Amino acid sequence: MGRPVAIIGVGQTKHGRRMDVSYPDLVREAVMAVFNETGLTPDDIDGVVSGTMPSMMEGIALTHFYFADAMQAAGKPIMKTETCGSTGVSIAHTAYYWVASGMADLVLAVGHEKMNEGNSQATMTTVAEPFYQRYFISGAPGVFSMQSQMWMDRYAIPEEKIRDAAAFISVTHHDSAFDNPYAHIKMRVTMDEVKNARIITYPVRLLDVCPNSDGACAVIFASKDMVKKLGRKPAWIRGVGYRGEEYFFGDSDKVVWESAIQAAKQAYDQAGIKNPRKELDVAEVYNPFTFQEMLFYECFGFCEPGESPDLVLKGTFSRKGELPCDPSGGTLCTNPIGATGLIRVAEAALQVTGKAGDHQVPKAKLALSHAMGGVDQFNGIMILGSKL
Amino acid sequence: MEAKEYKTIKTEIRLPYELAYGATWTRFFEGLKNKTIFGTKCTKCDRVLVPARSFCPRCFVDAEEWVAVSQVGTLIAWCYTNYKYFGMPTEPPFIGSLIRLNGTDVNFLHLMGGFDLNNFDEVKKIVKSGMKVEAVWSDDRKGHIMDIKYFRPL
Repeated sequence: MGRPVAIIGVGQTKHGRRMDVSYPDLVREAVMAVFNETGLTPDDIDGVVSGTMPSMMEGIALTHFYFADAMQAAGKPIMKTETCGSTGVSIAHTAYYWVASGMADLVLAVGHEKMNEGNSQATMTTVAEPFYQRYFISGAPGVFSMQSQMWMDRYAIPEEKIRDAAAFISVTHHDSAFDNPYAHIKMRVTMDEVKNARIITYPVRLLDVCPNSDGACAVIFASKDMVKKLGRKPAWIRGVGYRGEEYFFGDSDKVVWESAIQAAKQAYDQAGIKNPRKELDVAEVYNPFTFQEMLFYECFGFCEPGESPDLVLKGTFSRKGELPCDPSGGTLCTNPIGATGLIRVAEAALQVTGKAGDHQVPKAKLALSHAMGGVDQFNGIMILGSKL
Repeated sequence: MEAKEYKTIKTEIRLPYELAYGATWTRFFEGLKNKTIFGTKCTKCDRVLVPARSFCPRCFVDAEEWVAVSQVGTLIAWCYTNYKYFGMPTEPPFIGSLIRLNGTDVNFLHLMGGFDLNNFDEVKKIVKSGMKVEAVWSDDRKGHIMDIKYFRPL
């Protein structure tokens, strides 16, 4: 795995509809937050990694050039990493590789998005080529609806049970968002409200879906020497995994979802994790859709295939359960996409360093963070620990 | 955090493109014009891939054996869509569908149709995963993916 690497500080903007700031000023808000948190200055940074969704989201190409000033990247190596929804985890991986390789001691990673300035579903649909798939894929919700149906059919899970479990996830995450000062949607919802909300793409209803958020997240990755020198509490990177599959949605199985399974396996092998539900203390699973979150639990080995709705309803993955998932409220309540995966990483780092505030999972020592990108095509994992 | 006193600018980017199909897609779309759905078979893993491909995405070898595949298949998953976004190429409501055509080894993406799509509760009574479906052709075929109007329940 190369040299040991740790996260030594994270900064987030307040996420939401941020028409009060220009895009570069939004990015700077997160960058300033991480410098304030760590006491570091731009002079200390060896290189900068940044990333977003496709440029059509805000209509400005190569945004890492646009944000060079906001990220204080002039005079330093800069790199953009772009893997659709998994961008944030890929940014973290890129920064990690840079430090692990010995090429840098301190790297600033920044993820950002302003989804309210453009048309998010129209942007995402451009990921599908315009002569076959684009006619049939109705943005992200369409893809996830088909996937959740296939999952339901494969394991013959009663629709009512899945519906109840998805509603339970929505209620608990919306409650958790109240404990996260940076979360976008802060709204109490009931099981009945979720189950009777407007249909977006059946079976997905409005309260099963993430919002369009504006926001940015900045994270500083450090070498072991630098961790010692700075004397900051580290969140060590214990494992990274990333896997993809074929481009066409119909070419691979999205229930026994190999990119998710293998990405997790790669990270578990590095971290020495054999029983993730027992060994992990908390997980920040990328969950733009309630139904899909349960499928991820199964792909990541948190439970057996088809078993997740039962365990969700038992509270296994709730804040006080055996493996709390998304105590931040997750992507379901906050989704500035280019930042979202990095927010998962940042939240995992906050948890293992005991800095997650009101949504801290007591004594969390080992955390999983995750993001998914493309038309169900790529999955990325980063595992963080309080010990190396 | 709603902006009250700060202004915004409205802007737009419009760029024309002409994308090359190449030999394989050209032949596939010519096939649709003649009411034929072409797949290609991988010589290494023997999977029949549809739409036709120039190479197998798993084996990375040329997929040169052309197969006119069945126009009948099984509905694997479907998604009733009744919202619209800028540039959406298909007019809602529509049912995006994954269909396993008989004798093929991947799921083909297209539409379900041939019944009233306006009332979701009625749609739900008709459309069931696992049902047999058949391609319905447009009378005005242009060598385009929409030369198949939709798949209808059998």
